[in-house]
Amino acid sequence: MCGDAFLVRFENVGLRYGSGDEVLTDLSFAIARNSFQFLTGPSGAGKTTLMRLILMSLKPTRGLITLFDRDTTTIAKDEITAIRRRIGVVFQDFRLLDHLTTYENVALPLFVQGREERSYRAEVTELLKWVGLGQKIGAYPPILSGGEKQRAAIARALIVRPELLLADEPTGNVDPSLARRLLRLFVELHKSGTSIVIATHDLGLMDQFDSARRLVLGEGRLHVYD
Amino acid sequence: MIMWIKGLPRIFSVGERLTLIPADSTAGRALVTVIAIMTFLATLTGGSAILVREASRDWSATAAREMTIQIKPVSGRNAEGDGKKIAQALQDIPGIEDARLFSREESARLLEPWLGSGVDLGELPVPTLVVVKLQSASPSTLTTLKDRVRQISPAAVVDDHRGWVQRLERMTGALVIVALMVLGLVLTAMGLAIAFATRGAMAGSREIVSVLHFVGASDHFIAREFQRHFLRLGLRGAAFGGLASIIIFLLSGWLTSRWSADPAGEQIEALFGQFNLGGSGFLTIGFIAAMMAMLTGHISRKVVYRQLRRVG
Ligand SMILES: Nc1ncnc2c1ncn2[C@@H]1O[C@H](COP(=O)(O)OP(=O)(O)OP(=O)(O)O)[C@@H](O)[C@H]1O
Ligand SMILES: [Mg+2]
Repeated sequence: MCGDAFLVRFENVGLRYGSGDEVLTDLSFAIARNSFQFLTGPSGAGKTTLMRLILMSLKPTRGLITLFDRDTTTIAKDEITAIRRRIGVVFQDFRLLDHLTTYENVALPLFVQGREERSYRAEVTELLKWVGLGQKIGAYPPILSGGEKQRAAIARALIVRPELLLADEPTGNVDPSLARRLLRLFVELHKSGTSIVIATHDLGLMDQFDSARRLVLGEGRLHVYD
Repeated sequence: MIMWIKGLPRIFSVGERLTLIPADSTAGRALVTVIAIMTFLATLTGGSAILVREASRDWSATAAREMTIQIKPVSGRNAEGDGKKIAQALQDIPGIEDARLFSREESARLLEPWLGSGVDLGELPVPTLVVVKLQSASPSTLTTLKDRVRQISPAAVVDDHRGWVQRLERMTGALVIVALMVLGLVLTAMGLAIAFATRGAMAGSREIVSVLHFVGASDHFIAREFQRHFLRLGLRGAAFGGLASIIIFLLSGWLTSRWSADPAGEQIEALFGQFNLGGSGFLTIGFIAAMMAMLTGHISRKVVYRQLRRVG
């Protein structure tokens, strides 16, 4: 379906919340297939906002966003659903469902696609073990530690083998050694063909993979360092 | 560790499905109660309508197979003699089972509640009655009967109860319409209650709905999840309401069968028939209750779907 080399393309995109000032101004950039980039910038710079634009949970106040070759201004609801199935997201605040177990939370993207539990059970348990949650399979999010929730959120984003992974501060709640492991996980995923966007202001993390592209947000504008 | 063990059955139990919309206990219970009450009212109305219709069918069947011939006392004629002659003549007509002269004493007993006992009817202009039982109310039998009666006495009036049967039918028809209207009102009220409850549940599950969207759930899927949730509540409420009204009908059937031992009970029974709903009646109650449950699921799905479309 996607012949273009770019999964996401922004052209002169501006966004304001309500009648406030523009949080993002004149953003023009693209995210290539099978690319790896850090999205950085000070707190409040608009990293989360940018990700929400890509997720179509916000509409740009001006400009054009193209996702998987589809102009998002004319997109139909069914297509939005189809596109979201190709994107994995790790939210800054995790957004796990508190009444589901860790296992069920991670399996959720497959479950909502109507897949049989038998077909993904082994895969989900495997991934949970990989992120170090093998012992927490039946635990509910409210009793998980911040780092455990974060890993569950990451596992939920990875389980569908997305073409594009958006991770908002995915290492904000874990110790440096686990952060390194998670980064390695993202790099592995990148090698297997997924485009990765990691929003972070952890300079140490970025230094561990300094060949990655950097998108730096500041005062509403985006500077790209390839 | 303990959590993990506790989690085990939920992970590996086969066939048990995830419930994505958590059963919000207080709002859920309130809705179950509303549905139970509505189902109770709906099934009670439906059951009563069936009872009335069946009783009236019994009456009119009996009434249609009976006729009375009144011979008015006219000077110069012997009404009682004419009655005897008529009763005699009618016996021979095919299709007539029996024709019998109502004796003076029987008439007196019939009038006793109004006139008191010991009244000499000879002093009163009371018509003589011939009661006819028909095998079947075929038109040819009726015309032959009327001709025969007119030949014998011009003062005789044939009452084939048709007017009465018609009035009875019109009345039960009206009752059934009223019952349908009550049913309609109950359904409307329930539909509104469900729509409100669904919106409330959606507002309470906004975070869940948004997460479901992000992990790739379609509106269709989300609407079905809500439908499943509300169908479960609907089934519970409808079961309570339906059972309650089945108990009411069984109880009243049992009570009337006990009453019919005494004379007042006999009158009630003559009026309403046995308070026995019968198999088809109970089936109807089950059907109405099932409808209420399905309606609950259906309405909530519609509401969710429309809300999701609107939010965009
Ligand atoms: N829903 C909203 N309504 C109004 N203003 C908002 C909303 N969300 C974010 N903002 C504002 O937009 C700006 C950018 O916020 P955003 O959350 O995108 O920053 P961020 O770069 O993700 O910050 P952080 O690193 O702290 O997560 C902030 O000034 C914030 O106050
Ligand atoms: Mg943020």
